[in-house]
Amino acid sequence: MLKALLQREALVVFRSKEGVLNPLAFLFLSVLVFGIAAPLNDRNGGEYGVGVLWVLVLLTNLLSLDALFRRDYDSGVLEQALLNAQTPWLFVMLRILSQWVCTGLIMTLTSPLLGILLGIPTNGLPVLGMALMVGTPAISLLGAIGAGLTVGFGRGGVLLALLVLPLFIPVLIFGVGAVKNVLDDANYWGQIYILAALSLAGLISAPFATLASLKISVAMR
Amino acid sequence: MGLREYWHKLGSPRWFYQIAGGWITGFGIGAVLLLGIGLIWGLAFAPPDYQQGHSFRIMYVHVPAAMVAQSLYLGMGVAGFVGLVWRMKLADVAIGAALPLGMALTAVALFTGSLWGKPTWGSWWEWDGRTVSTTLLLFLYIGIYALREALSQTDLRARASALICLVGTINIPIIKYSVNWWQTLHQPASFTLTEKPAMPAEMWLPLLVTVLGLYCFAGHNVMTRMRGEILLRESRSNWVIGLFGGPDATEAKPATAQALTGRNR
Repeated sequence: MLKALLQREALVVFRSKEGVLNPLAFLFLSVLVFGIAAPLNDRNGGEYGVGVLWVLVLLTNLLSLDALFRRDYDSGVLEQALLNAQTPWLFVMLRILSQWVCTGLIMTLTSPLLGILLGIPTNGLPVLGMALMVGTPAISLLGAIGAGLTVGFGRGGVLLALLVLPLFIPVLIFGVGAVKNVLDDANYWGQIYILAALSLAGLISAPFATLASLKISVAMR
Repeated sequence: MGLREYWHKLGSPRWFYQIAGGWITGFGIGAVLLLGIGLIWGLAFAPPDYQQGHSFRIMYVHVPAAMVAQSLYLGMGVAGFVGLVWRMKLADVAIGAALPLGMALTAVALFTGSLWGKPTWGSWWEWDGRTVSTTLLLFLYIGIYALREALSQTDLRARASALICLVGTINIPIIKYSVNWWQTLHQPASFTLTEKPAMPAEMWLPLLVTVLGLYCFAGHNVMTRMRGEILLRESRSNWVIGLFGGPDATEAKPATAQALTGRNR
């Protein structure tokens, strides 16, 4: 079961490259827009750039989360997965994992480049990558609850943002805080640990809440 | 009556409708008395603050509004839990009734806070921890409101809003903690359970009275709206028809219920 679902997720990612490329293109384009509107080099020693990057990470995730269950919902795969699988939460978990690989993980891997573009000093880049690595799972997991609830609406994007953006605030605060601390030569492990705790708490609770929200959406058809 | 029996009875909208009548009267009298006494006492007789002068008096509106707004959200979270676990219909009626009042009171708290901020902090808006978490509370309210407006089927709306209320309530302490950690300029909470207030008694006693008064007002408002919503939902059942004078009154009845809830669904 696990293997079949994993294969399916991998196939979806590889066959339609939009899942990986679109968020990445959006992220880089937004950085470009920011760079033109408000040149970022050396401002507050990179603190401004850190804030901009984290905000863009949240917004990119929102765009990607809006599509998280949409294809499966429209084609009826979601309904089958909830009905058939002995463990429907496994389907949900792997869907979220796949979304995280396409956004959070890719953002972590490209964060040194993004950081340099946004004028973040190089000594902040490893911590930035670490904060993204442990913080973005919380975003994907919490966002999935809202994505499950709004998938039934034709255009749930704004509603999704309204529902989940307030929940992302802690990740934003500690994500920015970690990088700020390393730029100020302060200890940043506290923030990293809290980000990890948020992700772990999400990992325990969010799949079940997402499952409940998907059941509501499926009943809505 | 045992607690368990009481709990089972709460599942019956009819029983709630009947019992709520007395509560509404009680809360109404309490609200008029306490708010009247507290506001006159606080606005006219409490001594001016040695630093803030008379401007601190807005506290008698600001603090009760903020406290009741938070409590209502917490109550919605509890109702959401009850609705999800026991599928109690009354829970959704409660969420729908508490939502507009909570949203309005959060807005009042933000507005009065902004008015208070100008003379004391020197600006209408500061990116202060509790200001920001109250604003986030407003957006949590707006999100639930938008979700409820988007869903037309009653039982799905009930399940969806119960779930999101519960998720929001679990997250509120995390959000509050992180925002407080982030930045704090605001004075600490006026009342805590463990410590004596920093204000003299002539100042905090009227505040306590207005807080209790606004809680009574909230109880009155929420229960009245719940009764209206129950009438609307049960408008086809015999006990509601009986309540409004026999089958020939069926035409008049939905209008009554609509007038009570202020909605036309």
